[in-house]
This record gives sequence, structure tokens and C-alpha cells, in this order.
Amino acid sequence: MGIVSPGFQGRPRSAEPALPPGQYLTEDFPVLSAGPTPKVPLDTWEFVITSETGAEYRWTWDEMMALPQETVTVDIHCVTRWSKRDTDWRGVSLDTLLDGVDTAAHYALAHSYGGYTTNLPLADLRGARAWVAHTYDGGPLPAEHGGPARLLVPHLYFWKSAKWVRGIRLGTTDQPGFWETAGYHDYGDPWREQRYQGD
Amino acid sequence: MAAPTAGARVAPLTWRVARLIERRTETATAQTLVLEVPGWPGHLAGQHVDVRLTAEDGYQAARSYSLAGPADGDRIELTVQRVPDGEVSPYLIDTYAEGDPVEVRGPVGGWFVWRPTETAPVLLVGGGSGVVPLMAMVRARRAAGSRAPFRLLYSVRTPADVFYADELRRRVRDDFGLDVAYVYTREAPEGWRGEPHRIGLADVNTHGWPPDLRPLCYVCGPTGFVETVADLLVGLGHETRRVRTERFGPTG
Repeated sequence: MGIVSPGFQGRPRSAEPALPPGQYLTEDFPVLSAGPTPKVPLDTWEFVITSETGAEYRWTWDEMMALPQETVTVDIHCVTRWSKRDTDWRGVSLDTLLDGVDTAAHYALAHSYGGYTTNLPLADLRGARAWVAHTYDGGPLPAEHGGPARLLVPHLYFWKSAKWVRGIRLGTTDQPGFWETAGYHDYGDPWREQRYQGD
Repeated sequence: MAAPTAGARVAPLTWRVARLIERRTETATAQTLVLEVPGWPGHLAGQHVDVRLTAEDGYQAARSYSLAGPADGDRIELTVQRVPDGEVSPYLIDTYAEGDPVEVRGPVGGWFVWRPTETAPVLLVGGGSGVVPLMAMVRARRAAGSRAPFRLLYSVRTPADVFYADELRRRVRDDFGLDVAYVYTREAPEGWRGEPHRIGLADVNTHGWPPDLRPLCYVCGPTGFVETVADLLVGLGHETRRVRTERFGPTG
């Protein structure tokens, strides 16, 4: 328990299912990005998985849309402390995309149009836990929320769900991404409150 | 977008006890809190801190606040805007008293920062309480005796909503190379040219820097404001990696 601040009571304690520690619910969908929102035309959009040997696996927008699509309803948790329940997405599972990829890598670095990067263990992209999502709440994913397509990895803090995702580089070593280099946690499990390095 | 600090890892952040030593009223709904934080490691202009409150029964709530000024020993300043129905900001504004403890940890954020070693022209564009980290940069410039040319374009609803109004007037007079311009969205002061309006291309073009000068641009405010301004800057020809943004949502 921390130091008590005299007179602080906080909101009434809720009987709702618990949120991760230190999070509060929002009905909005706040936006957090480090720079301007990239505008990516669909006719030149591509998604590339690069293995640790340099082999590349590419999909155009049409090829991505031709893959099996999944509908996902999940809670999302941002490191800036908002959580949002029951968000609706549609996209392609990373299990589908990784299916034909020959790799022995343990680490993944997602990279985006605009230059953003974020690192995850490859295992966290498997097991029906990660998607390339292109539809939010029944409509095309808006650019400020990462459209045309973003990574969706809802069991980690939302900065791991790279907006404007362009590809994933697989590697045998863990390479910190944009926020991780700035002091945010390498893994980012909201239930263990891994916000910053050392948490 | 380059990495914030090349490959460096930062030390783990620990919670520290902070006590209120002074409070200043900025507007009817915002106050600046001066906190003493023994052992504060220092910070860069633009960084923020997490503030954590603990109730008698152990319940905790934490929020992030931008630091309003450069590091001054163990003293830090936050400007807190009251969020209607918020959990933390009403406590900090109404109840939190001099000498009372809260916990803080930081500094956090290594991208939306200005370093006094930078010499490039700087454009700061703030909407509402988004001016807070930008004011930290204006103050850091002064504290370091920097000659980097600074322009601040500050969008507010009415003249009564301006944070740091007196100090900004003084700094424009005394800090060589600092310009400040306002955009009023609801109600303009007497003598201001034009009608109240939302920030647009003409404002950014008139009060910003030409892209040829390769200025560093910092944009902070509500999401819609930041999207608008960042898009305008890119449209005017600014390099995207020199446009740094921070979006403020209601965070209670």
C-alpha cells in the first residue's frame, strides 16, 4: 500500500469484473501517437513478414482480404491508464499469416508506416491472441486509430498493437522498439502492471 | 521517426513521496501545484509524471500530468486542469493541502522533449491544457539562455482560459526570440483581429516557420486538435519526423 493522501476517497468501488491494476474505464476511444497520422493508400499497402534468414512473405491488401477473416471482441488497455471494454474488430489472425513462415525465431519487431516499431515475443503473436485488424466497430479502421490496418494484441498494453502496421521482422534477439527504448516495458502485461522498464 | 534515445535503456522508475509546497491559480478550472520531491532525478522539458493517490482503505488511482517547468532541484511543477467527474484532478484542486503527501514517479517520455542543446527554430502549437509541456519548453529555453528561435501558437476558448497569461506577456517582452500568438475559438479579446475560429491553415502558416528552416514542431492538445495541426504541418511540407505530437484525452 502506498502513502495515504489525506482526504482522498476515489470513486465508489465497483462490483464489475476487475480491470488490470491502475486502469480505469472509458467509453471514448482516446488516441495516442508520437507524430502525425500516416495516410496509406490501399493500392500500395502491403504487409511483410521477414524471417531471421531474410526470407520475405508479402501480402497486398487484396491478398490480405482474401485470407480467412475473424471477428474479435476484446477489452483493450492503454498504458496511459484507460481501458475500454468489448471493442469489436475484424481481421486476419497472425496464426494464419505465420502458418507458412519457416522460422526458429523467438522475437518479433512490428514496424509501421511512419516509422513506429514495437517488440514482442513471437509466442505472443501465436495462439489466437494477435491479429492484423482492418475493421473497427463495423467500419473501416479510421487512420487516427491505425488504419488501414493495425496489429491487435489485446492481452498486452495497447502500444504493442502497432498502428499502421507494415510488417513484422523475426529475430533471435529481442530488439526494443520505439516506446521500449524510451523506458517503457519490453513485455507490457497489463495484469502485472508492466508499464515501465523494471516494473 | 527515430528512436527517442539511441538504444539506451533507462533506469527503473520508483515511486517517491511528494509534498505540496505552493499552489497557483491559472484559470477558474486549473491550478499549478509546486511539489517537493526529495531525490528527484531531474527531467527534460516535455516529459510527464505519474501521480498516485492512496485512500485510507488502500484503494489507489493514478494519472499522468505534464511537467510545467524545467527541473529545479527537488521542485517540480504540474498544472492540473479540473476534469468534470474526474477522480484525481478534483482532489488535487479542491482537497490536497500544503504539506500533504502524494506519490509521483518519473520522468516519463523521451520523445516529446526539447533539449536546450537544440539550435533549430521551434514551433509550439498548444490547444487548451496542451500548452503545459510547451510552457516547460519556453521556460527551459529561458533557464538555459538558449537563442533558439521559438514561436508559440496557443489555441484557447476565451481570454479567461489562458494559462500563464502574465508570464507569457512578460516573456515575450524579455525573452529575445520568443513570439506568442493566440487563436480564440469561442470569444476573442477586444482589439483582436478576426472572429473566433478553430485553428486552421492560415494560423499555422502565418505563425509557424517555413519548412525550409527545418523547425522542430511540437503539437499538444485534444486528439482532434492534434490531428488537424499535424496534418496541416505535413501538408505545408514539414518532415513528419520533425513533427512531434502528444494527445490529451480526459484522464480524470
